[in-house]
Amino acid sequence: MNAREEILTRIRTALQDVPEVAPEVDVPVEWEYHRATRTEGVLDLFVERVEDYKAAVVRANSGEVPGRIVEALNAHDVHSVVLPAGLDPTWRAALEASEIEVRDDTPLDRAQLDTTDAVVTAACVGAAETGTIFLDHRPDQGRRALTLVPDMHVCVIRADQVVSDVPEAITRVAPSVRENQLPVTMISGGSATSDIELSRVEGVHGPRTLHVVLVQD
Amino acid sequence: MTLVHRQSTIPVAGPPAPRYEGPNRRTPAPPAGELVDSPGFPTAARRELDLPVQRGNLHQAMTTIRTKRQQCVSELDHWEELRLAGEAIKNRTLRHLDSYLVQLEENLTAAGATVHWARDAAEANRIITGLVKEALADEEVHYDGTGVVGDEVVKVKSMVTQEIDMNEALEAAGVAAWETDLAEIIVQLGHDRPSHFLVPAIHRNRAEVREIFLAEMGTYGKPAPPDLDSEPRNLAGAARLHLREKFLRAKVGISGANFAVADTGTLVVVESEGNGRMCLTLPQTLISVVGVEKVLPTFDDLEVFLQLLPRSSTAERMNPYTSMWTGPTGGDGPEKMHVVLLDNGRSRVLADRIGREALRCIRCSACLNVCPVYEKVGGHAYGSVYPGPIGSILTPQLRGTTSAVDRSLPFASSLCGACFEVCPVRIPIPELLVYMRNQVVESKKAEAKSKPGMPFLAHGEPAAMTGAAWMMADSRRWSAATKGVGLSGRILGKADHLGPMPWPLSKWTNARDVPIPPQESFRSWYKRERGGGSR
Ligand code: SF4
Repeated sequence: MNAREEILTRIRTALQDVPEVAPEVDVPVEWEYHRATRTEGVLDLFVERVEDYKAAVVRANSGEVPGRIVEALNAHDVHSVVLPAGLDPTWRAALEASEIEVRDDTPLDRAQLDTTDAVVTAACVGAAETGTIFLDHRPDQGRRALTLVPDMHVCVIRADQVVSDVPEAITRVAPSVRENQLPVTMISGGSATSDIELSRVEGVHGPRTLHVVLVQD
Repeated sequence: MTLVHRQSTIPVAGPPAPRYEGPNRRTPAPPAGELVDSPGFPTAARRELDLPVQRGNLHQAMTTIRTKRQQCVSELDHWEELRLAGEAIKNRTLRHLDSYLVQLEENLTAAGATVHWARDAAEANRIITGLVKEALADEEVHYDGTGVVGDEVVKVKSMVTQEIDMNEALEAAGVAAWETDLAEIIVQLGHDRPSHFLVPAIHRNRAEVREIFLAEMGTYGKPAPPDLDSEPRNLAGAARLHLREKFLRAKVGISGANFAVADTGTLVVVESEGNGRMCLTLPQTLISVVGVEKVLPTFDDLEVFLQLLPRSSTAERMNPYTSMWTGPTGGDGPEKMHVVLLDNGRSRVLADRIGREALRCIRCSACLNVCPVYEKVGGHAYGSVYPGPIGSILTPQLRGTTSAVDRSLPFASSLCGACFEVCPVRIPIPELLVYMRNQVVESKKAEAKSKPGMPFLAHGEPAAMTGAAWMMADSRRWSAATKGVGLSGRILGKADHLGPMPWPLSKWTNARDVPIPPQESFRSWYKRERGGGSR
């Protein structure tokens, strides 16, 4: 018997006591899936919770977004920025008009990414309760390495992308996984560790600075 | 509880990988000897109790994380609902594990990953070594002034690769496996063993970490800056630089998975530092080793577990980074993905209708953090990669109850019940400990019978064991006995220490600082002190 057959046989032997019924009938799960935990104050909570991770959040209307992005990058003394191919052209135009060197992901190799100061992306979903941003890495967010190697991530999220909590967010992101098999990255604040005496240190391997622009018209 | 003793014919976890002790080791050598040959818990606990710095570090850390967790959990008014959902989903999965595994395999394959099955540690290591060698076949091995570069892999922190001692198997095959989680580097560079699921270097303080980094980093790559101080921020900075060069050149990444979703073929890794994302994203080949119990039926189930795990584990609303991937994605991340589904004793645990509840464990470590025994002795005393309350059950379940350490583990608990109260998947840890105690007694009886002339309990176990086993076999008896201890303590006027206690507690409470108000039993003191666990 090969390993697969043997392991499955062992498991079937082990489960002889379990009736041959549909799993849902055998063990009912009393949990209401996809539920919103609140309908009011979602955006305020999102801002509060993201800030709780020591990430900065600024609010802007769509017209102000390009300016806010350039401001944030300048405030952090960023000299170079990588932009995913599908980024909003008005954001790109503002960056190209600035002093900051714009790099396209042609694709950049690891060493080039390592010498790039920042990345600007859109987002897929936000969860207010936990202050989490979900990326599904479509062209406006770029491949995963882009939001990982440079030290600063400016992430632009629209108000209509922000939901109450994890269940609603998982429901929103599910089609990206089910239909398109896209990778998903959940980001809650900057990279952090509590490995030394449980004292929290921001910034280990991922971007040390997360800057969120929340777009509300 | 009815005690069912059934001898399963399904094999226990396989033997550990052979240790490579030769002169050309690529990575720091861990301590000599195999974990399974560790001394029994009471002996090891006494050894660990003689480490005052470690005890201080542990006390500090455990107090901090318990408070944080309590706050974080109190925020949710549906915490108990979530726990019940977590329990039910895991039970459903385990009771139909064969069909979910087949479904998982199907969807992983459809997504472009290659699935391998491993009966035990040796088989898993053989598969992994083969895959690594294949992926590195055209790599040039060269010297870069600091060491040999070429045959190496970067690793995401993973319990299961520790369970199979994968790093040593790779070392024996001439491949360096580099840990990339900050705590794991501290352990690896310190020639040490992990002592906690989540924060494996929790027994070390900042001054010790600084010394390890200064002494060892230069041997294996970018040295620590000579003026490194012991600020955690700067220590983390040194690790960032040391690892960056390894990430930038890595060809193969190895990970575990917190969850494997059957209906989509998605693997999920939950982490904090971004080292996981580096390993999952930058290399060309990714090998993920997944215990068969990690399956979840549907993608929707993640909404339950992604709430339960971070709050129970790091005591945060959400951990900084969670990665989900469903096979390779062209132009983004590894081109080749392998998944090794590992049994290594799990099917045997599953065959035990009572013991199988332990397989719900999502390795959050909440039960370690509230355990008064763990807090005193730390993780090394358990002689296993799985320490603490759940480790005291899982270890003898996976390895069997034949070695001294495995026989002693189920007794390494005061059965205070705090572990159940915090467990996000409601594993009845105290009941299972009592059940495993009985299994130990039964296995010894069976052994004595098979060796006539050998008196029962003649294998170096204290004679008190017979009485202790009877008493501990029932938590009500235990409760009554410990209450008696509290009382006699008061009568004798030993007001500020807990003691004397029955074995095994007597082995480590003796004149140790377990302060309790004299009016209280250990259990009630503990309940009060720990704020009653979860809500
Ligand atoms: S037994 Fe429960 S509390 Fe302990 S690590 Fe496992 S899931 Fe967490």
